[in-house]
Amino acid sequence: MEISLALEEKKITALTGPSGAGKTTLLKQIAGLMMPESGKISFRNVVWLDTEHKIRLPSQVRNIGFVFQDYALFPHMTVRENLHYALPKNGDETVIDQLLESVGLLQLGNRKPYQLSGGQQQRVALARALVRKPDLLLLDEPFNALDHAMRFQLQDLLLKFQREYQFSVIMVTHDIGEMFRMSDQVLIMENGKILQSGKPSDVYLNEQSGNDGILMYGKVLTCRQEEDVLIIDALIDNKIRKLKLPIHMHQKLDIGAHFTLHYSLDSPVLQIISKA
Amino acid sequence: MDWQPLWLTFRLATITSLILLVLALPLAYWLAFGKFKGRGIVEAIIGMPLVLPPSVIGFYLLLAFSPSYFFGAYMEKILGLRLVFSFTGLVIASILYSLPFMVYPIRAGLQSLPASLREASYTLGKSEWTTFFKVLLPNCKPAILTAFVLTFAHTVGEFGVVLMIGGNIPGVTKVASVAIYNEVEALNYPAANQYAMVLFAVTFVILLMVYSVNNRLLRVRQSS
Repeated sequence: MEISLALEEKKITALTGPSGAGKTTLLKQIAGLMMPESGKISFRNVVWLDTEHKIRLPSQVRNIGFVFQDYALFPHMTVRENLHYALPKNGDETVIDQLLESVGLLQLGNRKPYQLSGGQQQRVALARALVRKPDLLLLDEPFNALDHAMRFQLQDLLLKFQREYQFSVIMVTHDIGEMFRMSDQVLIMENGKILQSGKPSDVYLNEQSGNDGILMYGKVLTCRQEEDVLIIDALIDNKIRKLKLPIHMHQKLDIGAHFTLHYSLDSPVLQIISKA
Repeated sequence: MDWQPLWLTFRLATITSLILLVLALPLAYWLAFGKFKGRGIVEAIIGMPLVLPPSVIGFYLLLAFSPSYFFGAYMEKILGLRLVFSFTGLVIASILYSLPFMVYPIRAGLQSLPASLREASYTLGKSEWTTFFKVLLPNCKPAILTAFVLTFAHTVGEFGVVLMIGGNIPGVTKVASVAIYNEVEALNYPAANQYAMVLFAVTFVILLMVYSVNNRLLRVRQSS
């Protein structure tokens, strides 16, 4: 892995790319849970890691929050105990009630994690990561296992918290809608390198597409040619839609490929984001 | 029936298991997560009692504990402890002999937990120590219980090592397994049977309790 990047503070950065690209590794290295062979990480002028000078700040003092893919809630503790565990010594206990209320789980504080639904567990994980008021929140595919409605709800919740507490966020996600909705910056990783970075619109939208028209993100389900028209069945916004495009745009699309489609006044522009 | 050998057996097993629990927790953690060279050697040494004949271990311990050799002489001179043919010697020998029965299940239990539990605790500002006691151990209860009971049962069943270094001193080193052997040697089968029956029954009840508790804990975990 070879990465060099600088992120703006108090912004949301989305990290994306195919499996095995090194997204989780990067997140864990930032958190201090994994050591890179060599490198330097600093946050707000504090050096967290500098292998050359043998500096390594442990995870415990980096003041980060980490939301794991499997939530990592402590199974033997109740919801409230999970949050309480995160509280520093002599910390203000009222923050636990505030957070539980914000995530709508005040009534379920005495339940064990296994008695909660996936969405509820995710909310506990988010609340627990915020108990220490982190400067940087790292999320590893946080909303992956949730249905559409729950995803939206939790995205809103995260946005609300981020505005309120003003922390920086790096989140791994594959959902392009999520990137546009939440992030200020997108990083696309592949084979341990950052391929592209920038605002979601800069990264995903072709320059030619201009600013007018409608933008759609989707996934190819079927693709066939009929005379000079390409007919695509695509999953767009969780609904199956049929698209007819001039053949000159693309000869053939791989099933499962992700794309953006920009319909402007002049002509539609289709851009393939990732192959299936 | 003379209850002393049985009482001695259970006293030895309880003391051995308790001391081993304290020793094995850090050792199991170190083996599970420690990064060090020579792990193979450490594991092989801990596992030796699983495969070596008890008489071999007993023989070397007899030499080591003997006041004519360095360790035994040192213990006797400095601490005033005579290890051969004494209860203290039996406890030390049992600890070495049952070490893998305590360490391996706990290590396996620790390794079976998702790494994210430890990592989450670290990112929440908690030390390795706090993480170990407040997150890892409570989630390893079945493994710890199994380890404790296996160690206990293994110590109850000790014969070769005890005979080699403890001999047959009533009230000091004559444990139930040795008593059974003596009674059989003297063709006193009813007495041997009484000891054997008690050991059999107690061991069965303990194992039954452990498996019931473990199954219950497992069901709770699976339902999560």
